[in-house]
Amino acid sequence: MSESESLSGSVSEMVPYVRPVGLHPPLDSPEYRSSVLRAPKQPLIRLAHGPTEITGPLLGAERVTASDADLTVRHVGEPLGERIIVTGRVLDSDGRPVPDTLVEIWQANASGRYAHRVDDHPAPLDPNFDGAGRCMTDSSGRYKFVTIKPGAYPWRNHLNAWRPAHIHFSLFGRAFTQRLVTQMYFPGDPLFAQDPIFNSIPDPQARDRLICRFDLDTTQPDWALGFQWDIVLRGRDATVFETEEQR
Amino acid sequence: MTHQPPPGMHGLTPSQTVGPFLAIGLPWPDGPQVVRPDTPGAIVIGGQVLDGAGDPVPDALVETWQAAPDGTFAHPDDPRGPGGGANGSTRDDGFRGFGRSATDSDGHWEIVTLRPGQVAAPGGGTQAPHLDVSVLARGLLDRVVTRIYLPDEAAANAADPVLTSIDDPDRRATLVAQPTGQPGCFRFDIGLQGWSGGLETVFFDV
Repeated sequence: MSESESLSGSVSEMVPYVRPVGLHPPLDSPEYRSSVLRAPKQPLIRLAHGPTEITGPLLGAERVTASDADLTVRHVGEPLGERIIVTGRVLDSDGRPVPDTLVEIWQANASGRYAHRVDDHPAPLDPNFDGAGRCMTDSSGRYKFVTIKPGAYPWRNHLNAWRPAHIHFSLFGRAFTQRLVTQMYFPGDPLFAQDPIFNSIPDPQARDRLICRFDLDTTQPDWALGFQWDIVLRGRDATVFETEEQR
Repeated sequence: MTHQPPPGMHGLTPSQTVGPFLAIGLPWPDGPQVVRPDTPGAIVIGGQVLDGAGDPVPDALVETWQAAPDGTFAHPDDPRGPGGGANGSTRDDGFRGFGRSATDSDGHWEIVTLRPGQVAAPGGGTQAPHLDVSVLARGLLDRVVTRIYLPDEAAANAADPVLTSIDDPDRRATLVAQPTGQPGCFRFDIGLQGWSGGLETVFFDV
């Protein structure tokens, strides 16, 4: 057997992932001013999914401790703001849970200020809040964070521009193709209509999937409001799999 | 305009930009070390991320994913990987395949890794050694994806199905790292957007 034959036979199930046509915001979205000098101008070249794309880093457990999922207990005192629980499941587009995958979050404090030297919004920093969290999903794909509700904040995209309150989420899934970085928003935010980042998603239904849901069952009496938000990553492309099988 | 998503695409979560404050949540102290720097055969790959004015991008994150030198992945979908495809196995030398480097104030990123081996191509045949790369930054509403090939793999590169599919030799060259003159060190600049003095890196739809 030649080297090439042994390589081809080795990754036996080279089943590609679905392609999310029309889902993500176009890179070239000039209403979001920062994209103007950073978005590529040339068309993207379609890359067939091979071993590098259908595998991905399965890392994280070794760098996560239980307190990493609670952003309210890592300092001398408790952070100011509305204490909240944010939980949900990481699934693929066939509805299968994505277990044991690293979820990383970061956010502004209750005043809408990030603990970052570049943020010059004149709102107070909170010495008891750094705004970073991480956890691993459990065997059913569930993640859970305890944090405080981030504040809205102004930015310089356009006159009187304000970002709706949001939490940044980073996900790996189980394949390079599933990598996703996004933002979770809160229900009923009056700032959605003027936000070019939220509105860069072409399909309004897809946009709404970034908004979490208030959930009384998740809410803990006398302690914290609860919000549910599921994250759906690309799954396998079953149609292509069948074609491959029939060959 | 709304329509029913095709089967298998239901309810996918869309991407949003990583924003200007990714440094709060994403960098790991050991992120750039795909392998311990004192590992025999370790190489350094680094360069600058540049915008459409040719200016450095100081708030980007570059992530890499690659095969081990023997062409295997520590992943259950690669039955040849360590542990016979067991979930999340790591290798004896600590090689983890994944690198993560935030850019500095000069737009510079850098990882320490091992040379990837050749891997199978989806349509049959083989692919030259490569690293898959995600670039995340303020201004990018979704990650952009490129690949790093190595300059001293000329024969393998000439037969690589991805490289050979790019007709323009100048564009193709944006995917090949450059030797720096120091042994085991390679430079790979990433041009997010073409400008008068520089080319736009080839980016892929994955």
